[in-house]
Amino acid sequence: MFGWEFPPHILGGLGTASFGLTKGMAECGDMDITFVIPKPQGDEPKDFARIIGACHTPVAWRDVSWDHVQQRLGHVMDPQLYFALRDHIYADFNYIGTNDLGCIEFSGRYPDNLLEEINNYSIVAGVIARTVDFDVIHSHDWLTYPAGIHAKQVTGKPFVIHVHATDFDRSRGNVNPTVFSIEKDGMNYADHIITVSNRTRRTVIEKYGVHPGKVTTVHNAVEPLSQELLDVPIPPGKKNKVVTFLGRITMQKGPEYFVEAAAQVLRKVENVQFVMAGGGDMMEKMIRLAARRHIMDRFHFAGFLRGKEVYELLKASDVYIMPSVSEPFGISPLEAMQMGTPSIISKQSGCAEILHNVIKVDYWDINAMADAIYSIISYPAMYRELRENGLKEVDQIRWNKAGAKVINIYKQLIG
Amino acid sequence: MKSICFYFQIHQPFRLKNYRFFDIGNDHYYYDDFANDDIITRIARRSYLPASATLLEMIAEHGKRFKVAFSISGTALEQIEQYVPEFVDALKDLAATGCVEFLSETYAHSLASLQDPEEFTRQVKAHDAMIEQLFGQKPRVFRNTELIYDDDIAAMVAALGFKAIITDGARHILGWKSPNYVYNAASAPKLKLLLKNGKLSDDIAFRFSNTDWASYPLTADKFIDWIAQLPQEEQIVNLFMNFESLGELQPRESGIFEFMKALPRFAAERDIHFWTPSDTIKALKPVGALAVPFPMSWSDEARDTSAWLGNVLQQEAVEKLYAIGERVRLCPDKGIQQDWNRLQASDHFFYMSTKHSADGNVHSAYSPYNSPYTAFTNYMNVLSDFMTRVEQQFPADIDNEELNSLLLTINNQEAEIEQLKREVEMMRGNITHDLTGDFDPDETVPEPEPQAQPATESVSEKPDKKPAKKPAAKRSARKKPADQ
Repeated sequence: MFGWEFPPHILGGLGTASFGLTKGMAECGDMDITFVIPKPQGDEPKDFARIIGACHTPVAWRDVSWDHVQQRLGHVMDPQLYFALRDHIYADFNYIGTNDLGCIEFSGRYPDNLLEEINNYSIVAGVIARTVDFDVIHSHDWLTYPAGIHAKQVTGKPFVIHVHATDFDRSRGNVNPTVFSIEKDGMNYADHIITVSNRTRRTVIEKYGVHPGKVTTVHNAVEPLSQELLDVPIPPGKKNKVVTFLGRITMQKGPEYFVEAAAQVLRKVENVQFVMAGGGDMMEKMIRLAARRHIMDRFHFAGFLRGKEVYELLKASDVYIMPSVSEPFGISPLEAMQMGTPSIISKQSGCAEILHNVIKVDYWDINAMADAIYSIISYPAMYRELRENGLKEVDQIRWNKAGAKVINIYKQLIG
Repeated sequence: MKSICFYFQIHQPFRLKNYRFFDIGNDHYYYDDFANDDIITRIARRSYLPASATLLEMIAEHGKRFKVAFSISGTALEQIEQYVPEFVDALKDLAATGCVEFLSETYAHSLASLQDPEEFTRQVKAHDAMIEQLFGQKPRVFRNTELIYDDDIAAMVAALGFKAIITDGARHILGWKSPNYVYNAASAPKLKLLLKNGKLSDDIAFRFSNTDWASYPLTADKFIDWIAQLPQEEQIVNLFMNFESLGELQPRESGIFEFMKALPRFAAERDIHFWTPSDTIKALKPVGALAVPFPMSWSDEARDTSAWLGNVLQQEAVEKLYAIGERVRLCPDKGIQQDWNRLQASDHFFYMSTKHSADGNVHSAYSPYNSPYTAFTNYMNVLSDFMTRVEQQFPADIDNEELNSLLLTINNQEAEIEQLKREVEMMRGNITHDLTGDFDPDETVPEPEPQAQPATESVSEKPDKKPAKKPAAKRSARKKPADQ
């Protein structure tokens, strides 16, 4: 598998989903999974997949000793693997700029020279494909499609791509031609395409012109939360009801609809606070909008939250809102439900296809959104019913079921 | 000899408009007039009008031998009067034949029987008064909302003087017993029970035009044959259904009206009669008592009250609604009374059901909302506004008993003032008669005062002609600190 993110170092939903799926598939048994990411830190969980870092894979020959490799890479990989990979270097990539081990540096994030990094990643994939023995190639999202294509060309093994998002979702229709062509290329070479929702499946079929028979939906799921996270304390001194938006503050996530709905609710209700957590290119615009609506006294920007902070906020919240304009899946409402927080989601999100015990509104329908918020914070029965049914429902959405579906697809491809 | 007892239910709720939380306290009109008009007019065109014409034709053709019963909720009658008055005329024509019986039920098609006995009694009386006024009949047989029934309800209904009650022949109650007998209530032995024959009723109401059904097509001949083949002792077949089954659920094209028209002829051949519920209870003796400790109904797979009270949302809404019942009944305001009736319709709670699969499909098919949560939100917003209006009439900090006694005093005062006034007039008359003029009539006023001690306050209030309720509220507010 080729992926870009893997917990605990994640930047968005992609890492969580890749991790969950890999673990779910491992639980189904009889799978050896190798997961390639640009830059592992060494603290990734390794019990169900072997992790290979692109930045630790040599692409140019260096005469180094075992001890040197052990010292440099011992914390992330077995030096034996380094030498195995070194034996499969297929061309001289010294011109790229490599380090003392013959490896290319990766940031593992989304830097400005992202396209260059994607290209380097696919060069590395060539080395790995020649070294590791496998039956299926599985690429998570467009960043890793070129790597998958390369691996397929080298080995001729079946190639599956996993569409977590398309550029149509990210850009509200203003598609970046370079990204589109990479995505389209991946879809053309792929033997099968897995999408995270029927919504995304339709986009793939309609916008990218892919044959429907080649595209299957496997909905995402969630990992059961650890007791430690479920038990996070609610910050003391909470008096007001809290309504939360959590996600990147970008066009895709529809933050302005949250602000407008908040302004409506605050005209009527006193004891409620709105929290917008996350960062993004629309943050300043949102602050200005909230100020213009004169609600900044009860509208708070919490900034980017990490790890436990996310769960603390969810637990302290009475309502969680995801007003995404276009959301391929959207795992975060499921996490909110796990914490027992009632959720309002847009009908334009993929998770709306499988969730029942949430309130679904059109992302643009701020009236309906405000009504729903008001109802949950004003009528205790509404809160209780959504909370309890939500907990029950989300308990049934498991990664191993999704994993089993993916394995089924593999089996059909291998024949 | 066997008999068929037909009873048709007609009910339409007043659907609520999209009522936003901003409207609470500002907008006191709650109904979606367009939807209500549209739905009842459509159903009347497709079902009520042609179906009632068919029945009228059948009665004309077969004389007294064809009889049916109707149960029409008060909210439905209100809508019919407003939007399709021609159907009221059709019902009056049916009533005039003497072959149609009208049954009693709660005015609002409400759940009052489970929640509020006092409200239940009030609604039954209001409903029966309306039926009597429109159709000149006093109902003698009772039918509860959605055939909800248990032993407590039986006792209440018997206490109201009804001879019989109609309910569902639910499997979990009957067990091996057959619904084709008359039973009596365990808690009120004099009250007879008529039970719906679920299989034969649903054959007409739900399966008639279903081409996948093994017995399709259903002909009158075949149907009467099934009834004739029942054991000799089973004498009564109760076919209970919604009136819109004829024409709406089973469209005209399915031949449902022709099927109905043909029934009496085949029935006559097999010596099968048509009876109204009243005929039935007169003719047949109960064969045994049925005990129903937990409420049952004719809805959903479970045949219990979970269709309306199954989840937290529904329970909360119903609880909040009936919590103000006593207070509302004290309000003289007509508008409040009307809204109170309309908000009680069981349909509002039906829409809030979170059941899935087959039951859930039925719930969502009838619901004007896209989810049970929206249904709850909208209803609670309306209810909040309604509660503030009731609150404005009587502040919540006076408890009901205190309010009651104050209202009683006010009412008594009015009667007392009337009486005193009459006395004063009379005395004044006497005086002018006796003393011919030069007597100052004001001096007579203090005279009756000592006997009217409790009414002193009201005498001084009378002239400013304020509505009675306001002084009551103010006075109590003034009194309160002194009481503590």
